Amino acid sequence: MMVSQTGLLFGAEAAEAVSFSLLPALVIVPLLTALVIGLLPSSRGEYARLTALVGSAATGALSVYLLLDFDASDGGFQYVVAQDWIADFGLSLQFGVDGISLFLVVMTGILFPVGILATTAEHHPKAYHLWVMVLMAGSMGVFMALDLLLFFMFFEIVLVPMYFLIGGWGHGNRVYAALKFFIFTMAGSALMLVGIFGVVFLTARQTGVVTFDIRALAEAQALTGFESRAVLLAFALAFAVKVPLFPLHTWLPDAHTEAPTIGSVILAGVMLKLGTYGFLRFGLYLFPEASYDLAPLFLTLGVIGILYAAIVATMQRDLKRLIAYSSIAHLGFIMVGLFALNSQGIQGAVFQMVAHGISTGALFILVGWIYERRHTRLIAELSGLQKSAPIFAGVFTLVMLSSVGLPGLNGFVGEFLILLGAFNDEARWWAIIGTSGVILAALYLLWAYQRVFHGVAEGENATMADLKVSEFLSILPLLALIIGMGVYPKPILDRIEPAVDDLIAHIEANVDGFDEPEPDVPAEHDPRELLIEAFHEAEASHAESAEGEGE
Amino acid sequence: MLELAWLIPAAPLAGFAFLVLLGRRLGEPAAGWLAFLATATSFVATAVVFLGLVAEDFEERFFIQTLFEWVPAGNFTVNAGLLVDPLSITMCLFITGVGALIHLYSIGYMHGDPNFSKFFVYLNLFIFAMLVLVLGDNMLMTFLGWEGVGACSYFLISFWFTDSSNASAGKKAFVTNRIGDFGFMLAMFLVFSTIGSISYANILSSAPGLATGTATAIVLLLLLAAAGKSAQLPLYVWLPDAMAGPTPVSALIHAATMVTSGVYLLTRMNPVLAVADGWATTSIAWVGALTALFAATVALAQNDIKKVLAYSTVSQLGYLFLAVGVGAYVPAIFHMVTHAFFKALLFLGSGSVIHGMKNEQDMRRMGGLAKLMPITAMTFIVGWLAIAGVPPFAGFWSKDEILLYAWNENKALWAVGLVTALLTAFYMTRQVILTFFGRTRFFDATAEEIYGAFDNRLATAGGGVASAEDNLVAAHSAVEKAAADVDKRSQAVQVSAEKLNEAKEALAKVSADDESHAKLQKALDKAEKSVPKASENLASSQHGLVQANSGVDEANTQLATAKSAFAALQAKRNSLALPDEHVTALSEAPELGDLLDEMPNSYRERQEYHPHESPWTMTVPLVVLAGASAVAGGLNLPFSKDLHFLGHWLEPSLFANEAELLVATSTKWGLAVVAIVCALAAIGAAIAVYLRGRAEPQVIEREPFARAWYVDETFARIAGGPGQKGFDLAALFDRRVIDGAVDGVATAARALGTSMQSLQTGFVRNSALGIVVGSAGVVAWFLARLWQ
Repeated sequence: MMVSQTGLLFGAEAAEAVSFSLLPALVIVPLLTALVIGLLPSSRGEYARLTALVGSAATGALSVYLLLDFDASDGGFQYVVAQDWIADFGLSLQFGVDGISLFLVVMTGILFPVGILATTAEHHPKAYHLWVMVLMAGSMGVFMALDLLLFFMFFEIVLVPMYFLIGGWGHGNRVYAALKFFIFTMAGSALMLVGIFGVVFLTARQTGVVTFDIRALAEAQALTGFESRAVLLAFALAFAVKVPLFPLHTWLPDAHTEAPTIGSVILAGVMLKLGTYGFLRFGLYLFPEASYDLAPLFLTLGVIGILYAAIVATMQRDLKRLIAYSSIAHLGFIMVGLFALNSQGIQGAVFQMVAHGISTGALFILVGWIYERRHTRLIAELSGLQKSAPIFAGVFTLVMLSSVGLPGLNGFVGEFLILLGAFNDEARWWAIIGTSGVILAALYLLWAYQRVFHGVAEGENATMADLKVSEFLSILPLLALIIGMGVYPKPILDRIEPAVDDLIAHIEANVDGFDEPEPDVPAEHDPRELLIEAFHEAEASHAESAEGEGE
Repeated sequence: MLELAWLIPAAPLAGFAFLVLLGRRLGEPAAGWLAFLATATSFVATAVVFLGLVAEDFEERFFIQTLFEWVPAGNFTVNAGLLVDPLSITMCLFITGVGALIHLYSIGYMHGDPNFSKFFVYLNLFIFAMLVLVLGDNMLMTFLGWEGVGACSYFLISFWFTDSSNASAGKKAFVTNRIGDFGFMLAMFLVFSTIGSISYANILSSAPGLATGTATAIVLLLLLAAAGKSAQLPLYVWLPDAMAGPTPVSALIHAATMVTSGVYLLTRMNPVLAVADGWATTSIAWVGALTALFAATVALAQNDIKKVLAYSTVSQLGYLFLAVGVGAYVPAIFHMVTHAFFKALLFLGSGSVIHGMKNEQDMRRMGGLAKLMPITAMTFIVGWLAIAGVPPFAGFWSKDEILLYAWNENKALWAVGLVTALLTAFYMTRQVILTFFGRTRFFDATAEEIYGAFDNRLATAGGGVASAEDNLVAAHSAVEKAAADVDKRSQAVQVSAEKLNEAKEALAKVSADDESHAKLQKALDKAEKSVPKASENLASSQHGLVQANSGVDEANTQLATAKSAFAALQAKRNSLALPDEHVTALSEAPELGDLLDEMPNSYRERQEYHPHESPWTMTVPLVVLAGASAVAGGLNLPFSKDLHFLGHWLEPSLFANEAELLVATSTKWGLAVVAIVCALAAIGAAIAVYLRGRAEPQVIEREPFARAWYVDETFARIAGGPGQKGFDLAALFDRRVIDGAVDGVATAARALGTSMQSLQTGFVRNSALGIVVGSAGVVAWFLARLWQ
């Protein structure tokens, strides 16, 4: 029955059905895939991989279909699926995507099949792929949930497969890293649960209606002053662990270093975004006033993240740890963009969430391949790889430059818009300090590249195999996105913009005296006419002053 | 014709894309020719657009081509658009023109390199980025090109990446430039937050309305950006190191084009400079003047042929900043163009020398190459005269204009500029003489080789000592043996004497008629005979001993001689104390002449190699650039307003912001004469020192000059010392303090938890399982409801 339903999704006459069931399908397909993998015989590991590949690719295809079908001009939630759950408690099952969550969903849909294709399970492929597919289902759900409790549920679900992936398929100190990861995020979540009940019941006290629907809660705006700030901080703590913000970040380098490649890819690409997405959806949207009040705090933590993580990254000896710290720095930019509280900043932040997922995901895949070949990730043990593996080095260079934020590649667009937005009257100094982070980003990545790829290759470094065709093809989608999103980001930004506009309007409506900090724009003119006129005026005033002197 | 503007950057981009995909398969030289073709196409397109622009009304020479909307966000929007105006097209003409020539040259220069096609991949990408930089119709497009050329520069400096110093130089260039980029980004942000747009059309038209403070801030941020890209104090440090790249790269990127980007940017933004506080533009002028002077002093004492040109480039770029700072935009662009010609020429010439000399870059090992490489020498000499400011070569006219405007603004700036011009003429003459005239020192022995020869001889002499020592030992053992012989023989003499006596006594005891008498008589006879024989033997042994003793004496003398010969050789070697870079012709150093046989292989191989002229792909660009360097002054001659072709042409891009000259014609002539006299005097002085030997070069080549006033090494010391320590400390803080606190809390919690044994095991697993089961239930229920 399920299969026929999914098949129907592509039928033209089934448009109604599509809008009704597309989003749940994004959760159900990976979940069913996990179920199928669970039923496979343990002895046939390759079937598990194949099934996971098909299931994740199908989900990815659905997400791309969603992207193509999405109404770019609409800022609200689309494809909303609402289903009463426990009506008496105001619980409902609600899914929906807007321009903000759309791309996170699509990114998840792309990263999973690429990650599965680019990596292999070292042992127990069945369990491995089962957890990966559960992880995909949870990741999809968390970005689409419009009900607070549903969001919380998915927010927690994703921890489990990630815990098992790190603990089961990780390296060296994996048990410590997995526990640390789990406990950190669980501690944050506990407070979030308090926050959820806080906002729901405090709202109910005023409106008389118990609801977990975030749209209803956002409209009600029942919390003010201390209440709203306290509840926001409860949420913020959970999100701050996820982002992660300084000083709650130390679980990330450990988790990244010990995780298997796919764990690192999804951790950086998807799970960290739960933090920044949370700040956006449940911070700015639910508590605009408190967010506005506390913006300086989050801006400061973001900027500290940018500089501090970059400095610490520079001194790392393990490639994966270095990239982990670079992630903290990149996520710091996203925080600055969100709390710039204007269109450029928030759009840049959303764009950067996606761009970072793609380029950092690609970096982790590449480092994973180095590890497969050389059985080490220590920078000091690698050298001269550009000689033995020139194509590998070329691909690494492209991804690295994207991470450095080279214009024309995807990493730049988000970073630029974030800083441009933050350079407003209210956040200017944070923007100035944050901009200096671009110097450090070049320093730690280029230095690492030099030590790993330049120089003379000796011993095993001299014989390291270059990229295989299959490997190149598996990472190709990410490379294409790195270039495509950098050269032509407009289709993405156009879809993000209405949602961000709505959000900003929502903040403006609910915060006294807040006006989007954006400069006035000159009226549109034909640029050529402008220049000609400017030249004439300059000539005229020049002649005038010359005459004046003459007299 | 203007509509062809897109083709200008598109051609090298297409070349790049094609070579990325098929470069390896095309191989050498096809990949090079394809890259050349792409750049040449771009040059032709530029020429066509140029003609199109000329055809427009003078005051309407602006053309904007919007390709697509690039980054829209809220009320910020920016296009991928091109701005064609006299300024950008002037830049494009020399970028594609010089660029195409350098592509051609590289086909010869990179011959045989295993990464031949990759080199051209980067070269085409560079040309594309550079064209985007100058053609962009907004600051972000310029920034795209700006960073793009930076990345290409990084790739090309570390092109021969197996050498770690090349790799370091590439990284240093990129990171140092990023400091400038920080300024560029902030300038963009400030422009957007003030004007609401970063398109040049909006910026240039609303600049006159900017508040002075804002304009000043923008200009200072742009100055930071420009100082990075155009290698001005204190951010110049990457450029001398950038010489690690292949020489065509030095010519194209690090002399003619990329490093002028900063000057282009400041010129492009001239209406903003006009509104800024006076001190902001004055700062630009002084940064330029001081950089020019500083780098010229350093160039005086460099021995690497490319390092001289690198510092010379920094110095000439300083002139351009000086010009922009005093509002002399036309002279700035004029000098930028002439400099592109003659500096590219000089770099390519030096590359031709390096190519013909088996990668030798030290000028102390050159000399006399004019005879061996006539085309390279002739063209280099044209470049030298151009940069030295000798009329009628191009550099004279453009530099003279800058000095004139400096005089117009501030006499001190003029004085610094003039001293720099004098130093320029001096160090360039030094370079020409060291490279092309005087004795050919290529065949000379280096200090290393001479010491090598000495070491060979010392080894031989040491062998002599050792064998003398052996001889002595042998002689001593011969003496011992002879003495033993003498002992034995003297014993034999005694024995035979005793035997004689015994025989005599025995004979005396028996009577003559006894039957034993005859027998005893016989024995006596025998004994009597043996005594003289034994004595004889003893005498000969004694003689042998004397001889052996004299043999010892002889061996002793021999050893003493060998030892003193060794000591003398050692003393001679030590007394030489040659500096590492010393070279000398053995024929001119009689005291070393006898070393010839012992010279190491490197020396012998060099004697058999002959420095040669480069292939035509390399010399044709030299000749073309030499022609341009000779006559480019004609672009903007000072004699009459009608001859100000370039000045008139650029007018629309300058919005009447060109400074006004308030200098009498007689003063102009006077200044020009002073400049010429200075240039000629400096050339004369350099000839006196380096050709005629009238003074020791050490008088001029001072330690602070040679070590570039210790700037770079101080930076390196700070970065490697306190800088690295600070970073290390941060990493330690993260590991010990932040993460340590986390582990501390964990330990405390565990201690607390010991009392709750049941939760100790599998806490995480249990709760995880609970979550999974619960969630699965919810989802199942949800599905059931959904598909009812």
